Amino acid sequence: MAGVLGRAAGVLAAPVAWAAALVDRPMRAWQNATGTNGMAAVFLAPNMLIFGVFVLFPLVINIAYSMTGGTALFLPDRTFVGAAQYERLLSCADYTDPKTCEEDQFWIAVRNTGVFVVFQVALMTVVAVVTALILNREIRGRSFWRAVFFFPVLLSPVVVGLIWRWILQRDGLLNAALFQLGFTPHVWLTDRFWAFAAAIGVSIWAHVGFYALIVLAGLQAIPKDLYEAAEMDGTKPGRVFWRITLPLLMPNLLVVIVLALIRAVQIFDEVFVLTGGGPGTSTMFLTQYIYEVGFASLLKNPGLASAASILMGGVLVVLTLVQLAVARRNEAKGKRQ
Amino acid sequence: MTGTVGQFLLRRRGGRGWHWTDVFTWVWLVGGLVLMFGPALWLVGSSFKSPAQLAEFPPTLLPYVSRTAVVPGHDKPLPLFVVKMENGETRELAEIRRIGIVAQMVDPAKPGEIVRVNIQNRTPAREIGLATGNYTEPFVHFDFLRYLQNSVFVTVVATLITLVTNSMAAFALSKYQFRGRSTVMLLILATLMVPLSVILVPLYSIISTVGLFNSLWGVILPTVATPTGVFMLRQYMLTIPDELLDAARMDKASEWQIYWRIILPLTAPALAVLAIFSVVWRWNDFLWPLIVLSRKEVYTLQVGLNTYAGELNVQWHYILAMTVVTMIPVVLVFVFLQRFITTGIAGSGLK
Repeated sequence: MAGVLGRAAGVLAAPVAWAAALVDRPMRAWQNATGTNGMAAVFLAPNMLIFGVFVLFPLVINIAYSMTGGTALFLPDRTFVGAAQYERLLSCADYTDPKTCEEDQFWIAVRNTGVFVVFQVALMTVVAVVTALILNREIRGRSFWRAVFFFPVLLSPVVVGLIWRWILQRDGLLNAALFQLGFTPHVWLTDRFWAFAAAIGVSIWAHVGFYALIVLAGLQAIPKDLYEAAEMDGTKPGRVFWRITLPLLMPNLLVVIVLALIRAVQIFDEVFVLTGGGPGTSTMFLTQYIYEVGFASLLKNPGLASAASILMGGVLVVLTLVQLAVARRNEAKGKRQ
Repeated sequence: MTGTVGQFLLRRRGGRGWHWTDVFTWVWLVGGLVLMFGPALWLVGSSFKSPAQLAEFPPTLLPYVSRTAVVPGHDKPLPLFVVKMENGETRELAEIRRIGIVAQMVDPAKPGEIVRVNIQNRTPAREIGLATGNYTEPFVHFDFLRYLQNSVFVTVVATLITLVTNSMAAFALSKYQFRGRSTVMLLILATLMVPLSVILVPLYSIISTVGLFNSLWGVILPTVATPTGVFMLRQYMLTIPDELLDAARMDKASEWQIYWRIILPLTAPALAVLAIFSVVWRWNDFLWPLIVLSRKEVYTLQVGLNTYAGELNVQWHYILAMTVVTMIPVVLVFVFLQRFITTGIAGSGLK
């Protein structure tokens, strides 16, 4: 296997090496003209060109888009409307009731996302910590078990959504199991409550392995002698967890929570495939709202979608700054100790 | 025998007894095993069932196919049924045709004699078998072969461009002192905060303006300048001693040769990890391809699957099989390269 792969790599590498050798001549000329530091620009150029055109530039003109109206796509063709899109998104008679808002769909999406974020992140953190604690014990075949929980992380959101749609559908595995056990089957994905619960459960299933890995790395960084000392003193396991493990794990856990928050705010793919946002709008989240308004619906409104995406981006920036602050505080603490 | 096996399995280190935490550990692990692999295995099992079998409730665990028999005097193989006769005996008969609730059946051993049976008294005879048509038909009759090609193209090309451009940028950012270096770093860092979902509208308009709408290049280009890739490679290159570069410069190596002949081979482990990540990312991408690709010929597997699964009358037998196909590369990565990914995540927290 390795031999075949190596030979294949060799065959593939030959023309690449040839091309690289061909590039050397103009590169050398450029180096002679601009000096060593001039080469830095050459090395940076491809990445920064792509980066500038497809990340940085869109980011800047997104603000311009959010201040324009109409259905035209090309920015110069659009009419300036000032803050009208934001006013439309944010005007609400009563913020606790999306029906009283001018853009009720947006507020439904905001409320759904808020509820989702709270429950998903809380539950997932607990599951990740329990899993990591168990994987950190002296168990036989630890790397195998670690891989078990990691498996769904690699699956594509479409695959995840379809797997669970197949299990949760009317004649699916879950209902069959309930039926065999004597319970009444239920149509899970057309029930507002259960569809939402499924969205939370499935997204935890798909991502928990990733967070468990980070928590596990944190657990393994806790010095062993602390536990030995606690054992000497005859400390109860519960107390060891609350007094040693959790406080020392806290910095790591904060990173996990903020990372999970950032991901949960943008939840889209697997839920979209699982429920399509339904039934009704009960599992429609912010990213889906942006997608629907900007691209999928008949009444496209790019300006509105872009204003909504900037509001979401604002939340993400705040969360990321929190994450960076947490990371910096962890570092500073590490130095003091 | 079972006693010793049990003793072996249940033995504890240091000979201590079972604590409730040990029980909880194994319940959690075995439960996790079932919950994490079960759904995917159920998918694979279901993907080999025929449409009729998929409609059964409760579903069978394993895929079955109806047995058939070739009976002289009939061109096509006839489906076999287990029939309960009026005198109480059961026989295996082949069905010729069905009229209302009466089936005309024939014993394959005695093709001359036609038996009339009430359809309530017969059940299909079947054996474990795979409905492989679920896999071949979407490739032949639908566009899934094209989707597969598109997905492979996007994944391979995007990964190659990612490796080349990211490693070049990382080389510049780790081994050169130049004005504006920290500004560039800050710019890249800042975009870590901005996921694609925040710039969908302007990115879409740029892609359309440059004529990449409905083009696979429109899917590839916005994803290749990954900040995570640049950071990961830069961290790795910082550990390569500068003396190595200086020695090469003494020998009149050009900067490009230094990058190509010295830095890249030494960065191979980090490049391998980035390549694995990139393959998984690009293979799994969904939202952006969904927006950029609106013509069926350019769909990737993920978008194609979603489209077929979103139809009013979902043909689950094809969808399930194609979901399995979509899963295969990632499962291969999991089986052979999982270790690289898990250590990569534990080390840097990227995904």
